[in-house]
Amino acid sequence: MIYGLRDLMPGSEHEVKVISRRFDLPNSASIDTYLANEGYQAFLKARKMTQDEIIEEVKKSGLRGRGGAGFSTGMKWSFVPKNIQKPRYIVCNADESEPGTCKDRLLMQFDPHEIIEGMMIAGLAIDAHKGFIYIRGEYRFLIEIVEKAIDEAYARGWLGKNIQGTGFDFDCVAHSGAGAYECGEESALLESLEGKRGIPRIRPPFPAVAGLYQSPTILNNVETFATVPAIILKGGDWYHALGTPKNGGTKLTNISGHVKRPGCYELPLGISLRKAIYEVAGGMEGDKKIKAIIPGGSSTPMLVPDQLDTPMDFDSMAKQGTFLGSGGLVVMNEDTCMVEVALRVMRFYSHESCGWCIPCREGTTWLKKMLTRFHAGGGEERDINLINELAQAMLGRTFCPLGDAAAMPMISAVKHFRADFEAHLNGNKCPYEGRQ
Amino acid sequence: MTFSAPLEKRFARMLQSYPQKRSALVPMLMYAQDEVGSLTDEVIAEIADRLGVTVLQVNEVIGYYSMMHKKPLGQYHVQVYTNISCMLRGGFKVWDHARKTLGIGHKQVDADGRFSLEEVECIGSCCWAPAMQVNYDYHHNVTPESFDRVINELKKGGGQ
Repeated sequence: MIYGLRDLMPGSEHEVKVISRRFDLPNSASIDTYLANEGYQAFLKARKMTQDEIIEEVKKSGLRGRGGAGFSTGMKWSFVPKNIQKPRYIVCNADESEPGTCKDRLLMQFDPHEIIEGMMIAGLAIDAHKGFIYIRGEYRFLIEIVEKAIDEAYARGWLGKNIQGTGFDFDCVAHSGAGAYECGEESALLESLEGKRGIPRIRPPFPAVAGLYQSPTILNNVETFATVPAIILKGGDWYHALGTPKNGGTKLTNISGHVKRPGCYELPLGISLRKAIYEVAGGMEGDKKIKAIIPGGSSTPMLVPDQLDTPMDFDSMAKQGTFLGSGGLVVMNEDTCMVEVALRVMRFYSHESCGWCIPCREGTTWLKKMLTRFHAGGGEERDINLINELAQAMLGRTFCPLGDAAAMPMISAVKHFRADFEAHLNGNKCPYEGRQ
Repeated sequence: MTFSAPLEKRFARMLQSYPQKRSALVPMLMYAQDEVGSLTDEVIAEIADRLGVTVLQVNEVIGYYSMMHKKPLGQYHVQVYTNISCMLRGGFKVWDHARKTLGIGHKQVDADGRFSLEEVECIGSCCWAPAMQVNYDYHHNVTPESFDRVINELKKGGGQ
């Protein structure tokens, strides 16, 4: 079934609605609603700006990639060379697959035109006339919504040739993936979009120089593109001021796990983890204690309750040795077995490793085997350090970040929760069994 | 071979949409699979021919993507999600219940081809966990009881 806004966004007084501001309107996905509520006005405004002015405004906003890496969007756009005589492409990454993350689907469901407009503005900024939205295959109902939005935009002259008499042409295509976490990684996504296996490419060259069909390409996350129209309309400074210095704006944040009100919330960057968990998400279910927090999707190193006052922005998270990532907060209570968590996370990465780079292919497989044995009570003391060593050996040794994504949570699990590993030794059965 | 008229229309549009035809490969396989039921040799040969790639290249792609399959699934493909957020909220209980109720295991199809079952990774319903999907249809906050309700509805629905 298709769930409504109330089911997905429970609402909170701490929310600052920028990209989700239209979600609540009747027929919010339709072009009529969009046009009646500032829709495509940012495109018209950007059409009158120079390419450098557009990029400058985006830089000023402090917008950083909302897919996980947190790289400055304006900078990324500025890397597209002006002197390459090839077609340029805009690619929207809607392959949302990072466990803990379920935000882009709301943008596609409730405001698809906002994404299309953001891509068109990126097109103006680098003189690109073709955009692709790569949507994970499981999101078929969203592909249908986005396709309908694209058809409406063509029918009303907001896509196609000479858009609204501005002389600018832009085409947009919704593209279905077919079930591969790896295709959320930019270079693997481009391979997949070219009709191949989603194997990562070595970089440099980066997509800005040699992306889709080896042409200059801007590739951003859904949420990143969706933010661009508001930045152009209201100004980079306005957007920046909503967040913290160097961490402009708001972020769609997913809070899941053992909280009272899990859901998607649009929060200003810099709100503390404590506030997000206890005020926005209503605190812990059964008022249990927090044991661990995954701050930005399953690949980000875990945090512990001592770190609850960390502001949720890119730089503050980096200082704590982790990442804001995709904004997927997973909160675990005191009854959670961290060996089981590590095992489940590793089963995932082992399944999703594309097998191209040996440290990732072998590392995830061995870690999965070790953790399976360990959780079943077959672990030995030396395995605990071995898990850490194996994970350390994967770091930085792969074409794409999947190897790191698998290794980092293991390192943090051993570091913070060694006692949980020790409790499984000597053939002991999992001490947490039956406690959830 | 030819596909249904709406699918042929979709394919025609796809071929216009990409600067290089091969880009249509992944979505064409997905939509063909939905219509035919699986990626048969005939479908593979047809799509390879239309896109100007070899059968081997198509097979290579099929082997990579977890949603592509060469054998038919059940009429209702039940996918239970057990990744971290689902696990924390009872995903494995639903998974155990699903196996017991349907009498089949991971990636198996029942005797009359009605249901197939798969334990899957993450579909982006983390805040509404545990989740399951029947074909493309999403179900949130699944419990063993709500699982039964969904399955019984499908059984009542007859052989459509």
